Amino acid sequence: MARLFFLLCLTLLAPLVQAREAAPAADDPALEARMLRIASELRCLVCQNQTIADSHAGLAVDLRNQVREMLQNGQSESQIIDYMTARYGDFVLYRPPLKTSTVLLWAGPGVMLLGGLGGLILVLRRRSRMPAEHFDPDAPEAAQDPHLS
Amino acid sequence: MKYLRFLLPLGIFLGLVVFLAAGLKLDPKEVPSPLIDKPAPGFALTRLDNPAQTIRRDDLLGKVWMLNVWASWCGACREEHPLLVEFSRKKMLPIYGLNYKDERVPGLKWLANFGNPYDASLFDQDGRVGIDWGVYGVPETFIIDRQGVVRFKHIGPLTPDVIHTRIEPLLRQLNG
Repeated sequence: MARLFFLLCLTLLAPLVQAREAAPAADDPALEARMLRIASELRCLVCQNQTIADSHAGLAVDLRNQVREMLQNGQSESQIIDYMTARYGDFVLYRPPLKTSTVLLWAGPGVMLLGGLGGLILVLRRRSRMPAEHFDPDAPEAAQDPHLS
Repeated sequence: MKYLRFLLPLGIFLGLVVFLAAGLKLDPKEVPSPLIDKPAPGFALTRLDNPAQTIRRDDLLGKVWMLNVWASWCGACREEHPLLVEFSRKKMLPIYGLNYKDERVPGLKWLANFGNPYDASLFDQDGRVGIDWGVYGVPETFIIDRQGVVRFKHIGPLTPDVIHTRIEPLLRQLNG
């Protein structure tokens, strides 16, 4: 029983240990929080599906240090984002800016949703005008309406 | 109208095939560099083989030169290296190395073992200059023109094809 309890404690502790590893030692927790917030907006180019806040790649560590240093020098968040895009391009931003080249990216999902809704409305309206026999599962379709099919 | 209900899904399917086939050919690792046609980032670094001698960006103005980012810990650099050594023998342009996040001793040993294609290697121990150049995957290769503007970037090991179809024509254009 005691052993089980010990194991349980270990299991509960595990996430705490991991959390400690992720947070680097810093004197100023507020600055660290700002750094992590900016870092979580930036893509790590070595491991492209991670932010530089999550990544353990050497470059991500360097870039976190860079962000921390720039914050210590009193630079603003937008200055830091500009610094990164000047070097690595818009690709580093997890939220790319709205430009002519990214219009499709931003508007695409909305356009597709509207298209789907439009199609659905058309189908539903056409069906609502059909006589009730069209929906009779037993009736052979060809015999019903020669214009359809 | 009769065929539309068959042709429409087929059309959508073919459209999807075209998009996916195009997507297969794209390499997400190849991020376009925002540095192309911009002034090369400034630097002042010591030579790998001589800590007393500093090379600055502006020292290289007036000539077309190549910057090749390498490190002794980088496996892909070794793969690229024989080709770079061979290319350097043609003396088409000065080649500078950026020894990225490395140490002097292993770096110099690496050059001694595998050959040194570089006119000089710049020692970027903390990777700061690498960040300024937007380096994220070693090796990377840049070509800078006489005015100090970045004209070309290749990410990953150079290939004979890249040298023949991209670099040599560009050099003819820049030197011509």
